[in-house]
Amino acid sequence: MAAGHAGIAGLHHAGDSAVHRLPAEAKVAATVLFVFAVVATPRTAVWAFTADAALIAGVACLAHLPARYVLRRLRIELPFLAFAVFLPFVGPSPRSDLLGMSLSHSGLWAAWNIVAKGTLGVLAAIVLAATTPVAELLGGLERLHVPRVLVAITGFMVRYLDVIAGEAGRMRIARLSRGYDPRWIWQARGVAACAGSLFVRSYERGERVHLAMLSRGYTGAMPVLHDHRPARGSWAAAVLLPASAAAFAALAWTAA
Amino acid sequence: MAAVTVSGLCFDYPDGRRALDGVDLEVAHGERVAVLGPNGAGKTTLVLHLNGILVPSAGSVTVGELAVTKENLAEIRRRVAIVFQDPDDQLFMPTVHDDVAFGPANLGLRGGSLEDRVHEALDKVGMGEQVARAPHHLSFGERRRVAVATVLAMQPDLLVLDEPTSNLDPAARRELAGILLQLELTTVVVTHDLPYALELCPRSVILDEGRIVADGPTADVLADTELLRAHRLELPRGFDPRYLQVAMPPSTGIVAPVT
Repeated sequence: MAAGHAGIAGLHHAGDSAVHRLPAEAKVAATVLFVFAVVATPRTAVWAFTADAALIAGVACLAHLPARYVLRRLRIELPFLAFAVFLPFVGPSPRSDLLGMSLSHSGLWAAWNIVAKGTLGVLAAIVLAATTPVAELLGGLERLHVPRVLVAITGFMVRYLDVIAGEAGRMRIARLSRGYDPRWIWQARGVAACAGSLFVRSYERGERVHLAMLSRGYTGAMPVLHDHRPARGSWAAAVLLPASAAAFAALAWTAA
Repeated sequence: MAAVTVSGLCFDYPDGRRALDGVDLEVAHGERVAVLGPNGAGKTTLVLHLNGILVPSAGSVTVGELAVTKENLAEIRRRVAIVFQDPDDQLFMPTVHDDVAFGPANLGLRGGSLEDRVHEALDKVGMGEQVARAPHHLSFGERRRVAVATVLAMQPDLLVLDEPTSNLDPAARRELAGILLQLELTTVVVTHDLPYALELCPRSVILDEGRIVADGPTADVLADTELLRAHRLELPRGFDPRYLQVAMPPSTGIVAPVT
């Protein structure tokens, strides 16, 4: 269960900075727009990516996020970068020799494209998650008019992740206690059986939750629980980030 | 008029097994009644009939003057508040606030009146300071109390608790009893925790094999060792049933804490 806690609550870095205080919906919108602007930037415009990185670093500083915390979170990107590493080796000619390896030029650019854009996107998401508690994030999505059913499903996922992880942990301990510790591919049957019963248990819990919802007057539409307070001033501050990134992208295209 | 009237209630499971076999039960306004019975006696099935989640095969349920029928479901579910056995089933929203607000918001409350309901309900269970917390960060006892608040926020006429003491440690168990005794609501406690029934409810009924087989003052019911044994119920070792009758004369109908 402890691992589950760290998984969701560990993303948030409590604080009281200007970034923390921005309304969640403005931060979500700014993050999404920033990612679009970064993706739209031509891959050869190295200066634009550097400027974007400086912007994000500035926001992280403003939010008093420790560099180590941000870098540690950045590790989630590693499996995706592994793919990028292959591109210079398998890309088409022209090629250059570096330290005895033949590297494709277009492969190198493709790899750089993935690394630069991926890292900037993940950095923006880290800053968003670190400065916004999950509950506010969900509220922000609702105020951005994401369908309430989708927000509710996301909320259920967050709510029950720990419960289901705890159940899986107890099943694992019960399995180990009876001397069964599947590690090899030919023991997959044991793992599959556990996954199956975990699914059935979660499904049954879903039914019980539904009964509890019906008992409190649920009729198929999630109710409105929060007042929508427009906060236009803070929107302007939040939009600065994606607006700058978009300006860099536009400049890079016109210069190219 | 009774707060709840259950008459001739029968229910068959989809596979044809009979879960309830003619249950008759009347609960007066302001009364606290324990429904005792072994596992599989049909206790939870009975509870799910009280707010119309299950539809009876025969017989009827009436809450106040209102029959539990499809047309009345919204009002019935406002009047009848069920606290389920596992608080993780009952608390499904991201924060304590949203969970307590869920019921009254479904009743159409918004803005300030919704906030008032939420805070009033949480204050009643001593969790007023915890509005912003996530349910999965609360202790089990706190989750149980918030679960009670989620239904109190609907200002119900009848409170139904399904195995309220399961998984609670002794202190959380006592705190919950204190809260329930202060509420002064018509209450049905479904349990096989006999000392808890004695502590909370002046009257008890025993449900077994889908029927009410005993109905009387809790101290009398629990003092009848033969009756209990016949229905797979037992007082904890060391409990003297004769003491119960002396300590709690059934005529008063007032619940005194067991010392």
